[in-house]
Amino acid sequence: MQHLSIFPILIPLLFGAIMLLPPISRDINSQRISSVIGTLFLLISSALLLYQIDTSGTELYALGSWQAPFGIVLVADRVSSLLVLLTSFLGFAVMLYAIAGKDKGGAYFHPLFMFQLMGINGAFLTGDIFNLFVFFEVLLIASYALLIHAGGKQKTQATVHYVILNLVGSSLFLFGLGILYGTLGTLNMADMAIKVGQLQGENATLAKTGALFLLVVFGLKAAMLPMHFWLPKTYASASAPVAALFAIMTKVGLYSIFRVYTVIFGEHAGELENIATPWLWPLALLTITIGSIGVLASPSVRTLSANLVIVSSGSLLACAAINSVEATSAALYYMVHSTLASAALFLLADLISRQRGQAEDRFVKSRMFTQPKLMGFAFAIVALSLVGMPPFSGFVGKVMILQATQSSVQTMWVWPLILIGSLGALVTFSRAGTTLFWRHSGSASNDAEPASKSEIAAIALLLLAAPVLVIFGGAITEYTLQAATALHDIQSSAYDLIPGVSR
Amino acid sequence: MEGLYAFCVGLLTACGIFLTLRGRSFSVVIGLTLLSYAVNLFLFASGRLKLNAAAVLGESEQYSDPLPQALVLTAIVIGFAMTAFAVILAMRARADLGNDHVDGNLPKLPSEVSNKSSGGNK
Repeated sequence: MQHLSIFPILIPLLFGAIMLLPPISRDINSQRISSVIGTLFLLISSALLLYQIDTSGTELYALGSWQAPFGIVLVADRVSSLLVLLTSFLGFAVMLYAIAGKDKGGAYFHPLFMFQLMGINGAFLTGDIFNLFVFFEVLLIASYALLIHAGGKQKTQATVHYVILNLVGSSLFLFGLGILYGTLGTLNMADMAIKVGQLQGENATLAKTGALFLLVVFGLKAAMLPMHFWLPKTYASASAPVAALFAIMTKVGLYSIFRVYTVIFGEHAGELENIATPWLWPLALLTITIGSIGVLASPSVRTLSANLVIVSSGSLLACAAINSVEATSAALYYMVHSTLASAALFLLADLISRQRGQAEDRFVKSRMFTQPKLMGFAFAIVALSLVGMPPFSGFVGKVMILQATQSSVQTMWVWPLILIGSLGALVTFSRAGTTLFWRHSGSASNDAEPASKSEIAAIALLLLAAPVLVIFGGAITEYTLQAATALHDIQSSAYDLIPGVSR
Repeated sequence: MEGLYAFCVGLLTACGIFLTLRGRSFSVVIGLTLLSYAVNLFLFASGRLKLNAAAVLGESEQYSDPLPQALVLTAIVIGFAMTAFAVILAMRARADLGNDHVDGNLPKLPSEVSNKSSGGNK
């Protein structure tokens, strides 16, 4: 279908807008029904999009029929359609969890959730860098409001930091865009990739400044080392479905890093060839280190999963620094795995804290769970998957990253850090599991609400991804390899996207 | 003209960054506003500064690049909405946390530490 590539943006926009209007906006039940229907539609259309892209190749969608590079285009290639499907799946699962009661904390949860999905999908699909900024703002403003959803001191405090940091980030983004437009004269990413090779002298230096400004912004979103301080507090204080949805937010930053520094400032950028790599290397390795220390020091499940998000960001940044087809392919696989697994852990943390009374999700001796078997089973799967042990997806993802290192120097730095990071996660998960499930005082509390069916279904869906990603590992890695090859090939990632331009 | 323009943008950015790094939410919001003004002027200049050149074909001998003007318009709208949100959030934080410090608690001055006076409203 010709218009399929815009559906992942239009569906959440329409459903979000409808839910703001009277008959539905007043009634939480009809909001829930329309949210589930909306995310289900989104899931179906993204799956169709992925299928279509996989069979017939990259699709260009010129908005308003203004052709690139003059108008804004949506580029649905293998990379973006995979990430859109990931977002839609995550959105559907998280929505199933939210309708069990977490959405009642404040008004407009459902419309905001939809707008956030729209922003994320838009950021993945757009082929225009200013449009990327606009979609960043769409997803950010929805995330500001979602973060403070249900209120409370801790959330307000975390939101103030998050909002101020991201507003400064947006300003830097615009400075970077201004410089790049001033030097390159275009905002279409494919067109920029073609023109950047011709820059010389002063203009190249200016463009380099702009490009590194953008790296700061994307690094802020992706929780790259000096800009990661906001993440643990923000994610740990957000309400469970919001934190689970935020698991994809760092990936938006990482996706932008892959897109901008592979396609535009990649191997064909002349004087600006691979400008991000010397910065990405140390920062990626330090991010893994800091994240692992954070994992070891975590006092509660939520902080633990927030720190694991930082570790996974670091691993993905290391893939971006290696900058090869294999590394990008590994990163795409690992992105899918780590998003779904950490989202599952955020949701599980909420169930854990609800069933343990005052101890919440902290690693202290407390009362028994109301549903110990269910919780223990789910926790074990998440833990195995996130630590990276077979038979779950984390293992395959980590092996792919380890295999992607190219030289012995790279191997010497990346292997120990990733493996020690996994060991740290293993230690913390064992400590957490032992305390949470085996050290009790007193009986299970009677007033604790057991997990409802839709909550169990949501977590089960996310957990199911761990074995499924392994069982269909062959097909998925083949797909990610094709996606990465297309991203690294300047012909398919730039020249083919501008009609009437050839090398 | 370029020199003066660049100086103004630079001054606005410097003031914006300085104020953003302050501890109280009011000065932070003012800093963010200045920063967004600087960004808007900067974006406008990315299409080069020209005199007597309307962004319409046929109105004058030379014309200026219309795209930065469209970008600035978008940036102004988004920046304005974000500033409005930041103001409301700062007020909410003032109400929830009891003070207007961005960290939610006032850092103790050396003189206060000795008096053991707790942070709070002034």
